Amino acid sequence: MSPASESRAWPAEGVTRVPYWVYQDEDIYAREQERIYRGATWNFLGLEAELPDPGDFKTTFVGEMPVVVSRDLQGALRCFENRCAHRGALLCLKGRGNTKEITCIYHNWTYDLEGNLTGVAFRRGVRGLGGMPADARPESEAPRKLRVATFCGLMFATLSEATPSIEQYIGPEVAAKIRRVMKEPVKLLGGYSQALPSNWKLYFENVKDTYHASLLHLFFSTFRLNRLEQKGGVIVGGDGGSHVSFTMMKTDLAGDEYERAGMRSVSGGYRLEAPQMLESVDEFGDGVTLQILTVFPGFVLQQIMNCLAVRQVLPKGVAGTELVWTAFGYVSDDERMTELRLKQSNLVGPAGYISLEDGAATGFVQRGVAGASARASVVEMGGRGVESNESRVTETSVRGLWQQYRRHMGL
Amino acid sequence: MDVELQLTVENLLSRYVHAIDDDRLQDWPGFFTEKGRYRITTAENYERGLPLSIIYADSRAMLHDRVSALRHANIYEAQRYRHIVSSTLVERIDAHSARATSNFQVVRIMHTGESMLFASGRYLDRIRMNGDGGEPQFEERVVILDSRSVDTLLAIPL
Repeated sequence: MSPASESRAWPAEGVTRVPYWVYQDEDIYAREQERIYRGATWNFLGLEAELPDPGDFKTTFVGEMPVVVSRDLQGALRCFENRCAHRGALLCLKGRGNTKEITCIYHNWTYDLEGNLTGVAFRRGVRGLGGMPADARPESEAPRKLRVATFCGLMFATLSEATPSIEQYIGPEVAAKIRRVMKEPVKLLGGYSQALPSNWKLYFENVKDTYHASLLHLFFSTFRLNRLEQKGGVIVGGDGGSHVSFTMMKTDLAGDEYERAGMRSVSGGYRLEAPQMLESVDEFGDGVTLQILTVFPGFVLQQIMNCLAVRQVLPKGVAGTELVWTAFGYVSDDERMTELRLKQSNLVGPAGYISLEDGAATGFVQRGVAGASARASVVEMGGRGVESNESRVTETSVRGLWQQYRRHMGL
Repeated sequence: MDVELQLTVENLLSRYVHAIDDDRLQDWPGFFTEKGRYRITTAENYERGLPLSIIYADSRAMLHDRVSALRHANIYEAQRYRHIVSSTLVERIDAHSARATSNFQVVRIMHTGESMLFASGRYLDRIRMNGDGGEPQFEERVVILDSRSVDTLLAIPL
């Protein structure tokens, strides 16, 4: 660490204060790559359903490190660095595909789908001339292999041997809520990315922040999809970095707390001409209409009525984040159910009625704190701890994020 | 080439983008038939045969809802678009309808002065030539983005 960042001491208040340098400092960003993404964490890679057949592969990232995720010819999932042993070029240039082997385009070195180096072009030279020394060991710089774990059809990877089992890492209560949504084989509906103008942690906090949801997103509160007087709760799990928040729409007591407080988010007179989009089916049989779940450092699972998606949060420099959305239904869905999920997808994504603002709001923080690296945000809604809570007027899961973050970072 | 058909379609495409770029969003649903379909997707989803859209409407009423959400519900920084539409190929389906394929680019201009190439892609249109009031209207407009990535948010329609 440079001298400048050695002076980066966390405020004495602990997790109720988040210093703004944490979103701005290049040295902190570099340390996150090492201690978080390449450290003892499980990084979300995508859905197993994206790689149904032997030979299928996709490319993605663990932090900034490019990786290949493959289903090898025996059917096992593998993940390895997308970096040639020779000169470090990207091995795999395509986003996805199916292949028996991977060839680096630079000098034609070949790899199997486990990431083993299987061939070096002209290793013995040509006509007795050139080539590598007989005792050369180019595989000593082979792409690193990551441990892969799957949980309910979700793929995660870690470089560290010290990372606990995936279920232990997520924690039993949050794991149970993953099982709830990933209850049967899934069918991909499609995906897209959103380039966010903010540090990755601002987005991850935003997803965990149950307090903002019905205040920023008018769509939620006006149509009573999520108002804080509805029954729900927040569970914080794992080491603090996992959470699940949920809302039960039908428990609305028709309260008028928002109206009496004069909140902007319930300005009147707004009605849908085509409300069919919001006619949801209680497919889980528990009355929970909205469940948002995260696993540190970059996984989001979303159930908004019948709109299901996973989101992968990828850091792209100090002030940039790529949010990769993948929407899904179940293999058992009929045409009507698929159509309902597709219509409700209007609620999410870069043009989503209820998620459109998040892309902008996190950017407003990144811009707002530009001259205030020594100041801190105030995170005291719902107290100072990280315990689970029946109220969503709390920032407990945001504090949980910072608890786990600080442990990994030694801050 | 059916010159009159070509000009009629190009005129519709031009009026459509001027309405959006001039911030006359309330006029936008009127470019569609009552059961008109509008969706925005990515080339990747389209080529993989995956049905997910970024925006999906299967009626003019759903487009009205989009406009009222943008006007009354959603929060986003002041911004405008400038659409450039070109290379329109038109083919007649029958006496009442035509198919058109066009290229587009959209520049997004933020209130801060920042100006960027926000989107590029294709419009795949099915047009009813004698819609309401005898004017041509979209029965279907599929907007296919070349890129899989959208910067920050997509509020104003393309």
